[in-house]
Amino acid sequence: MADKAEVQVKREKLFSKKNLKNITEPLSNNNPITFQVLGICSALAVTVQIRTALVMSLAVISVLCLSNLTISMLRKRIPSKIRIIVELAVVATLVILVDQILKAFLYNISKQLSVFVGLIITNCIILGRAEAYALQNKPWPSLLDGLGNGLGYGWILMVIATGREILGSGTFLGYSIIPESLYNAGYENMGLMVLAPGAFILLGLLVWLQRTLNKTISE
Amino acid sequence: MLEHYLSLFVKAVFVENILLAFFLGMCSFLAVSKKVETAVGLGTAVTFVLVITAPMNWLIHEYILKEGALSWLSFISEDFEKLDLSFLNFITFIATIAAMVQLVEMVIDKFSPRLYAALGIFLPLIAVNCAILGACLFMVEREYTLGEATVFGAGAGLGWFLAIVAMASIRMKIRYSNVPSGLKGLGLTMLITGLMSMAFMLFSGIQL
Repeated sequence: MADKAEVQVKREKLFSKKNLKNITEPLSNNNPITFQVLGICSALAVTVQIRTALVMSLAVISVLCLSNLTISMLRKRIPSKIRIIVELAVVATLVILVDQILKAFLYNISKQLSVFVGLIITNCIILGRAEAYALQNKPWPSLLDGLGNGLGYGWILMVIATGREILGSGTFLGYSIIPESLYNAGYENMGLMVLAPGAFILLGLLVWLQRTLNKTISE
Repeated sequence: MLEHYLSLFVKAVFVENILLAFFLGMCSFLAVSKKVETAVGLGTAVTFVLVITAPMNWLIHEYILKEGALSWLSFISEDFEKLDLSFLNFITFIATIAAMVQLVEMVIDKFSPRLYAALGIFLPLIAVNCAILGACLFMVEREYTLGEATVFGAGAGLGWFLAIVAMASIRMKIRYSNVPSGLKGLGLTMLITGLMSMAFMLFSGIQL
């Protein structure tokens, strides 16, 4: 069965329009965070600094691609009754790998991310995409779907993190960018942005902006 | 001793509300907070599962996975004393949670069909609620004792319950309000959550 599926993929062009759509759609119209409303937890928790947000996005993108690929390859062998637990096992294994890699090479950042690396397991984007896409589609489009959704998640994270870091601590990637004269003139960092409410409000405003610009999205 | 537990409980419910301060369980919070009854159902189920899984996972971590936790097997081989299986935390915890959710579902179905019908579809969803896994991971990271872990689980669950029920009530009130079309739904919900989170931060000065 698996061989047959692969042959069919080869017949279709690797980057056909349909496949490319898998990547571009989640970036705007079908964004996992602002439209599908998945994976909000980590999107808010790790965005105090750009650096942690970047690492988190990379971790999620890799887990999402690999989990979509694996689950799509296994899709005909997974009995539908126990599929959730099989998916969880696949995702948990991948997350353990990512966690071990982060601990080995980026120890400080992995300490800052604390439990949120582990929480990639229950990140709704990953299970959501596995359920909604990978279980019905061939491996290659599933991989692209994972990549697209990962990137869609990543860019929202970067936008929120940039906003929170600049407004909250006046830095960009750890470098101070607000000129000293501005502070002398009475400017102060917005402490709210570092705290939880800042994240909620910033994401709310971002969603508002995106939905106003893009009329096709509405509830 | 009792005071210590009480303080931990209040902290978990209000000051460090698992949803409003740590953003855990946002997905179901946003999806299921449209009606108060369903919010109450899901909140109860989450609290229930948290109270059971937090001590369960604590025991598993303490006696099987932690570094040196398997020393009670040292009569078989000396190596067990040095064994560190904590990298298996994630997969074990999520498996325990999924299994417990299944078990709880069956027990409720057997003994209280009414509660089962009320919770209905929410029970299986809880397995992938990040509030539960998050609380279990926090408990390990903060090195709680068994009693503390149970109290923390209960507090976190109750805090989540409070937040989702409050949100559902607010959303029911504003259903017919005239807001800008782009703000309807997710945007407005996030802004309100932000305000709620700010309100909960006022508790942070409380010391018991």
